[in-house]
Amino acid sequence: MSGEREIVLRIEDLKKAYGDNVVIDGLNLEVRAGEVIVVIGPSGCGKSTLLRCINALEDIQGGRILLEGQEVDGKSKNIAQIRQKLGMVFQSYDLFPHKTIIDNVTLSPIKVQKRPKDEAVAEAEALLDRVGLLDKRDDYPRQLSGGQKQRVAIARALAMKPEIMLLDEITAALDPEMVHEVLDVILDLAREGKTMIIVTHEMSFARAVADRVIFLEGGHIVEEGIPEQFFDHPKTERAREFLHTFEFAAVRSHTE
Amino acid sequence: MELLGLDVLFKGTNMARMLGGLWVAVEISLISVVISIVLGLLFGVFMTWKNPVARVISRVYLEIVRIMPQLVLMFIVFFGATRVWGINISAEVSSIIVFSFWGVGEMGDLVRGALTSIPKHQYESAAALGMNKAQTYYHIVIPQAVRQLIPMSINLVTRMIKTTSLVMMIGVVEVMKVGQQIIEANRMVSPNAVFGIYGIILLMYFFVCWPISLLASHLEKKWSN
Repeated sequence: MSGEREIVLRIEDLKKAYGDNVVIDGLNLEVRAGEVIVVIGPSGCGKSTLLRCINALEDIQGGRILLEGQEVDGKSKNIAQIRQKLGMVFQSYDLFPHKTIIDNVTLSPIKVQKRPKDEAVAEAEALLDRVGLLDKRDDYPRQLSGGQKQRVAIARALAMKPEIMLLDEITAALDPEMVHEVLDVILDLAREGKTMIIVTHEMSFARAVADRVIFLEGGHIVEEGIPEQFFDHPKTERAREFLHTFEFAAVRSHTE
Repeated sequence: MELLGLDVLFKGTNMARMLGGLWVAVEISLISVVISIVLGLLFGVFMTWKNPVARVISRVYLEIVRIMPQLVLMFIVFFGATRVWGINISAEVSSIIVFSFWGVGEMGDLVRGALTSIPKHQYESAAALGMNKAQTYYHIVIPQAVRQLIPMSINLVTRMIKTTSLVMMIGVVEVMKVGQQIIEANRMVSPNAVFGIYGIILLMYFFVCWPISLLASHLEKKWSN
């Protein structure tokens, strides 16, 4: 189905290094409208760095990132406008602690996009309702649990009406029982056809949400494919090894 | 009244003189506080620079401010400067110089602390939401820094007001000095004045600093959410 859709994001030969340490080395990726891409890989493989490069939070040493044909460049004057099309959610939620929940969500639509206040508030309330937190609208972030904060962060990113959502290990800092409430929101967005690039360690979630899984190691895409194929019949030895680390062999047999 | 030596307060213009003295103390601290806040903000930003020269300068300055007793600094400025450079600085101006020297250092350190305590992720979140640098500082960084700064800088202000009781040592006629004069003048007729006058001075300092302290805790409570 993704075949006919237009390409919204194109990454060409991306290189990112910190001094001599090359993190991403010649990465190519095309993302089509409505596609959900899950990026997985061992820690330090460059998955988070990839998302940060897409949003120009890191400078790049080579290649190009094109969002709807426009180059994403941290030094360019219109970077703030480009970033509005990219909704990013971080592992540590990073709500603004001095603002109420509703103000967190409406701040950028009102101040950056200059949308009328009542319109922005109405939309923010609809988004908070959608993530199940409308009753917290006048609370402060510190009164919320981790899972609730992360849902607010998602609503805050959505309020900018981004073309693409970038989710950087959004459940990694959460207690296990809160992971589901956050991922349910993302599954709902995927059903709605939101374009997303998701970095995660939750394999069952990756399998459920992805149109395409990308396995990254050493700054390269080692393998990519649809989730059924990738998880059940990985083609490369590295992917097999990686997936194997999520399984545990039984210590004792419990047959009677 | 006579037992506590409070009667001397109502002799002649004593009460008015005391209030006049209090005003001198408040005036010195107010001027110093304004200078400290303005220059302290700049010094605080300077302290966040990574430049090694800037670091050494701020480090040395801050250590001097912290280690040196204010009284010694005042003697150096008031007596020392006169002898060495032959310049005549009034006692009031000397006090303001020393108080500002102290206040800028401490205020700068508070500003530095407030600025560096804002996590990097707050800047990144703001950037990811399409804010430019100015918007990030205006909506995100400065409001959070100020919330941290105000209670602590108010604490510094009350400390400065209290420390003005030292400026009589270089001859400023402020409330302590006026009190001493009144006590001396009434030594024979009401020897207990020493208790009453110093007691009143204590209350005067209290009623100047208390509202400021209340304001600080009010703001702290208001912003703790």
